[in-house]
Amino acid sequence: MPVVLETIDLEKNFDGTLATNHVSLAIEQGARCALIGPNGAGKTTLINLLTGVLQPTSGRILLDGRDITALRPHERVRLGLVRTFQINQLFAELTPVETIGLAVSERSGAGGDWWRLVGRKPSIVDEMAEILDRFHLTDVMHERTATLPYGKQRLLEIALAIACRPRVLLLDEPAAGVPEAERHDLLRIIAELPQDVTVLLIEHDMDIVFSFAKRISVLVNGALLAEGTPEEMSRDPRVRAAYLGEDADA
Amino acid sequence: MTHPLSRDIAQHLAARARWHPLEVAFWLAALGSLFLLPNQHLILTEIAILALFALSLDLILGYAGIISLGHAAFFGFGAYAAGLFAKHDLIAEPALAMLAAGALATGLGFATSFLVLRGSDLTRLMVTLGVALVLREAANKLDWLTGGADGLQGVVMAPLLGRFDFDIAGHVAYAYSLTVLAALFLLARRIVASPFGLSLRSIKDNPLRASAIGIPVNRRLIAVYTVAAGYAGIAGALLTQTTQFASLSVFDFERSADVLLVLIIGGVGYLYGGLIGAVLFKLGQDWLAHVTPQYWHFWIGLFLVVFVLVGRDRLTQWQSAARAFLLRAVRLQALRVRGEAGRS
Repeated sequence: MPVVLETIDLEKNFDGTLATNHVSLAIEQGARCALIGPNGAGKTTLINLLTGVLQPTSGRILLDGRDITALRPHERVRLGLVRTFQINQLFAELTPVETIGLAVSERSGAGGDWWRLVGRKPSIVDEMAEILDRFHLTDVMHERTATLPYGKQRLLEIALAIACRPRVLLLDEPAAGVPEAERHDLLRIIAELPQDVTVLLIEHDMDIVFSFAKRISVLVNGALLAEGTPEEMSRDPRVRAAYLGEDADA
Repeated sequence: MTHPLSRDIAQHLAARARWHPLEVAFWLAALGSLFLLPNQHLILTEIAILALFALSLDLILGYAGIISLGHAAFFGFGAYAAGLFAKHDLIAEPALAMLAAGALATGLGFATSFLVLRGSDLTRLMVTLGVALVLREAANKLDWLTGGADGLQGVVMAPLLGRFDFDIAGHVAYAYSLTVLAALFLLARRIVASPFGLSLRSIKDNPLRASAIGIPVNRRLIAVYTVAAGYAGIAGALLTQTTQFASLSVFDFERSADVLLVLIIGGVGYLYGGLIGAVLFKLGQDWLAHVTPQYWHFWIGLFLVVFVLVGRDRLTQWQSAARAFLLRAVRLQALRVRGEAGRS
C-alpha cells in the first residue's frame, strides 16, 4: 500500500519546549492506526500540526507525496485530510441538518453558492439523509445543536467529519465522555468506514485501541518512542515503562 | 431523491425559507404607508434609509459576527459619490448614480475587509472606527472636491428614471427609497438562506470548526463585508439624493453608533431587526424631540441602559410571547368566524 500521510522530521517548539520532537511518521493508505501516549505527550499538538491549526517550527508534512506544510486548514480538508476534536467543536446555533448540510455543500463545491437555497440539490439532500441516519441523528435533526444531549453531540462531531468525505481521518479521542450504550454504536460506525479511508486514532482507552488498531505509534515527550503491532507494543519494555506502566504488569 | 428521509429534510428546509405571514404583513404595511400616509413621507424616507443602513450592518454583525463602530465609512462614501455624480453631471440619472455609488462603496469595502479579518472584537471596533475617522478627515481636507466643512452644495437631482421629479413632500423620494430597500432586502434574504449564508452563521458560531470542514473562512468574511459595504453605500447615496445635500456628518461616529443602536433595538441576525429598529428609533426620536426637544439624548441613553440591563434574552422571550399571543388571537378569530359562518 502506498504511503498517504507522512511527516518528515516534524518539530514544534513552544518557547523552548519541544512539544513535537523530530517526529517522522508514515501512514499507509487504508491503515487503521492509533497514536497513544501519556497526558502531555504532544498528541493533540501533532494533530494540530497535521491539520494546519499550528505551523511547525521545522519539518515537512506530505499528503500523497505532496507537500502540504504551507497549506491552510480548509485547503487540507479539501484534499481529504479531516479531523474530529477531543472537545466537541460544533455549531451551537445550527441544527444537525444544517450542520451536515453545510459540510456536504462545502465538499461538493456548492459552499460559495449565494443564490440557490440550502437543500435544493437532491444529491446533497440524499447524502445528508444518509449520514444523519447512519449516525442515529434523525430524531433530533431539526433541533438546535446546543440543546442536544452529549452523546448526540458526540455523534454529530464525528458525523460532521465523515460528511467531508475524508481520505485520511484523524480521530481525537472520539469516544471521550460517550456513555457505554452509545459508545458501541460509535465504534461500530468507525470500524465500518470504507477500507480505503485511512484512520489515525488518538485514544486513551486501551480497549478501544487494541480492538481497532492494526498499528500503534507511541508518543512520549513529543517524540516517537516506538511503533509496531498492538502485540509488539504491549510486549515492548520501553512502552510498558513509559506508558502502560502498572496496568501492563497486572 | 432516493433516501426515505430526503423528502422530510427537503420539505423542512423549504418551509424555513417560505414567507411567514408576519413578513407578508410587514411588507403590506410598508406598501400601505406609501398610499395611506402621504403627509409622513419625509420621515418615512429617513426611516427607509436608516433601515437599509441597519440591514447592511446586520449582514456582517448578525450573520458573520463582525462588529463595527465605523460602518458610516461606507455610508458616507456612497453619499459623497452620489452627490458628486449629480453635481458634476457625471451620472445624471439618480437610480444609475445610486448603483454606481454602491459599486464604489463595494470597492472600498473589499479594500478594507482585509483589516477586519484578524483580531478580536476590540481590534475590529478600533479598526472600523479608524477607517471612518480617516475618511471623514479626508473629506474635510479635500474641500475643493467635497466642500469641506460646509458640505457638498449645489447638488441638483435630475428626474428619477428621466420621468419623476423629486417633490418637496417626498412622495417620489419615499417610493424610490422603499423600492430600493425592498429589492435589497429580497437579495439579502436570499443570500442568508443560501449555503453561503449558512457558512457565515457557522463562522460566527465556531470559526475553528468552520475551517476544519473546509470552509475558507477569510474569503467568506471578505465577501460578506464587501456586500454589506455596498448596501451601506447605497443607503448613503439615497440620503444625498433625497436631501440634495451631503455633509461631513455622513461619516460621523454618531451615525455608526446610531445604526448599531438601531440594530440592537430591533435584534440581530434575522434581517427584520434593522427594519423594525429603524422604525422604533426614528419614531422614538421624533416623539421624544416633540416632548422634550433638548433632552431626547437623555431618554435614549436611559432606554439603552435599561435595555441592556434587562437583557436581550428576556426581550426575546417577550417577543416570542407576543408573537404566540398574536397567532393565538388570529386563530381564535378564524375559529369564531368559521363558527358564525356555520351557524348562519
